[in-house]
Amino acid sequence: MIRAGDALPPLSLRVTRAALVRYAGASGDFNPIHWSDRVATGVGLPGVIAHGMLTMALAGRLVTQWAGDPGAVRSYGVRFTRPVVVPDDDEGALLELSGTVSEVVDAPDGVRIARVAITARFDGKTVLGRATAEVALPS
Amino acid sequence: MPDPSFVGRALPATAPYRVGREKIREFARAIGESAPVCHDPDAARAAGHPDVVAPPTFSVTFTMPLIEAFLRESDFGWDYARMVHADQSIVAHRPIHGGDDLVTTIHVEDLRSRSGSHMLTLRCEVTDGDGSAVATTRALLVTPAEEQA
Repeated sequence: MIRAGDALPPLSLRVTRAALVRYAGASGDFNPIHWSDRVATGVGLPGVIAHGMLTMALAGRLVTQWAGDPGAVRSYGVRFTRPVVVPDDDEGALLELSGTVSEVVDAPDGVRIARVAITARFDGKTVLGRATAEVALPS
Repeated sequence: MPDPSFVGRALPATAPYRVGREKIREFARAIGESAPVCHDPDAARAAGHPDVVAPPTFSVTFTMPLIEAFLRESDFGWDYARMVHADQSIVAHRPIHGGDDLVTTIHVEDLRSRSGSHMLTLRCEVTDGDGSAVATTRALLVTPAEEQA
């Protein structure tokens, strides 16, 4: 029985330059701030940063690994509050994900929905604000 | 300077986008999503899906290029080069599956200019071949208000 206050199993992920290149290809987002230090520093960033949508997708895995079926996610929203800077080395950037069930509600179609509040940290600071997902629970 | 007369407008609906099974697998691999329903059609069918299931943020693969094309190529007047993605929400009316034919309509929902920034909300309504709702996504995009010297 899932209840408000339940913690999701945490997830720690490494985001490397190779992951950014792969995400660029898979998503079609080829903005050079996600692969070129020259362009990234030229627009005032400390270096190449992860795609916000990649950070959002990785944080979503916290929820999908808990739910089992990514198709159970009814809604998902985030604010991008801080960039994830990805160094050109083998370790990359460490993204630490945790989450808590904030409430369990009944949807109009009778399905029970768990609302999950997600925390994503990089370098000890949160990088996503108001990150919330709604997940349909098995009946 | 973005043209405020665009607010409230809907762009023409796109031609259908066929969701490829391999595209879902490629996207799932790129984000490290290993759920069997995203990769294996048999596992997906066993879980009640018609084909492999897309991860929750998959819709960006076809909505973001449409948004980029609108902001770069229309006479809306947006400073795309200095744009920051501030906020994203996705409502799944149903999961997206391999083999879906999806039509997207971009709505210019809101434009606010304050504290030196233009804040634009674009809503994408994604429907399937029958016109049934599949997803509603909203992106809040921000660009500096001063013209670049």
